[in-house]
Amino acid sequence: MRDDEVPQEGNATLGGQRKAVYARAADGRLHLVSSAGWEVEEIVTRQAVDEFHKLAEAARQRVLAGTSVALEYHMYRARMDIPLLAQATGIWQWRVRRHLRPAVFARLTARLRARYATALGITPAQLEQLP
Amino acid sequence: MSPEFVHRQASHCESGAISGLLAHHGLPLSEAMVFGLSSALSFAYLPIVKINGLPLVAYRMPPKFIIKGLQKPLRLKMRFETFRDPASGERRLNELLAAGEVVGMQTSVFWLPYIPEDLRFHFNAHNVLACGRDPASGDYRLSDPVVESLVSCPAPDLLRARFAKGVLAPKGLLYYPVSKPQAPDWAKVLPAAMRKTTRIMLDSPLPIVGIGGMRWLAKAFDRLDGEREAAHARMFIGQVVRMQEEIGTGGAGFRFIYAAFLQEVADRLARPAFGELAEQLIDIGDEWREFALATARMIRGRDPLVPARLGERLRTLAGREAAFFRDLRRAL
Repeated sequence: MRDDEVPQEGNATLGGQRKAVYARAADGRLHLVSSAGWEVEEIVTRQAVDEFHKLAEAARQRVLAGTSVALEYHMYRARMDIPLLAQATGIWQWRVRRHLRPAVFARLTARLRARYATALGITPAQLEQLP
Repeated sequence: MSPEFVHRQASHCESGAISGLLAHHGLPLSEAMVFGLSSALSFAYLPIVKINGLPLVAYRMPPKFIIKGLQKPLRLKMRFETFRDPASGERRLNELLAAGEVVGMQTSVFWLPYIPEDLRFHFNAHNVLACGRDPASGDYRLSDPVVESLVSCPAPDLLRARFAKGVLAPKGLLYYPVSKPQAPDWAKVLPAAMRKTTRIMLDSPLPIVGIGGMRWLAKAFDRLDGEREAAHARMFIGQVVRMQEEIGTGGAGFRFIYAAFLQEVADRLARPAFGELAEQLIDIGDEWREFALATARMIRGRDPLVPARLGERLRTLAGREAAFFRDLRRAL
């Protein structure tokens, strides 16, 4: 990649920040050049972000339909899935899965709820409802 | 008390962090030199390690490899500390900062507030240097190698980032040199470092590491069904490019860093042959970028989704890298 090939088209997912990338100067030497972003990166980053949005939205619909609990929505909002939430809380995956059932969640102790809330970076009150 | 820390933006977090630390301790080495000298270039496809249900693809050696790999050639003693509970990890960091130390840390990306929202995923092997603390607010002053300038970060956020759980959990890792790094005998350490890289790429006994890993990944691409399981196929190929271009600095990026290293080697050892090898590697890096572009076009639907075609590109790349590393080996 030559200096003038360094992508500067802007990548919205960088939030206005710029990255340093290596490119070849006129004398053939590689050096760091500031890049405003590459569309390719934006596409693949957006893809991952959108996937979590989609999962969170589907979870929201399930919560509204009464077949799941807000915990599932908050999990996807925090860009986690069940294995990751299980690791972050130290709760077995099968238990996490079980806790997503409204009847089971309703009986959860305050301590368990607090564990979920902490892992997701929200308060226990937020955990119980959709925003 | 140590002098003021100078922040420099780098292309990759770990090599940038350690290059900053070394400069701070009186041995200015470029990011590229640090990367090459620690033999950090690699390729690995880890189908068993899942991140959000997709496999891990790495274009360099695992975290901490760079830092550990520099200890021998630079006769550098690094100290690594991990913590079982966050409170003692925070206390220790404050102690070190109070003593004027610049401290390297492993963190998650997700909990760092200054990282753009869209890039905050649960990736746990980010490297950041702490170089001070604001006495009034208690915010940390951080030098994040992939960010343009020094940033500040509230203490609770940093603590979360240091003690995030999951794959490659940082466990609050802190690292800092306890001896002064020394300029090595270049004629000896450089060939040894390059030889190690050729070995990793060409002779790995595991089929998932090195050139073999690329071919293995190509096979996984062939197996993707672009028609019946289009959503999964799109996520899978997207993942490979995300790991390539965005986390740290990317597959092409690492090839360019290594090429910059080879240019430095050519100068230090007065061996122009390495400069020519650098050219070859720059071409390969450009081809990785084309691979990323082709993938993005399929994800967006600008080209028909045929993962096997990308697999074909990967096989070509594997062939070219194999030839390159054999040439490098011969030049040593």
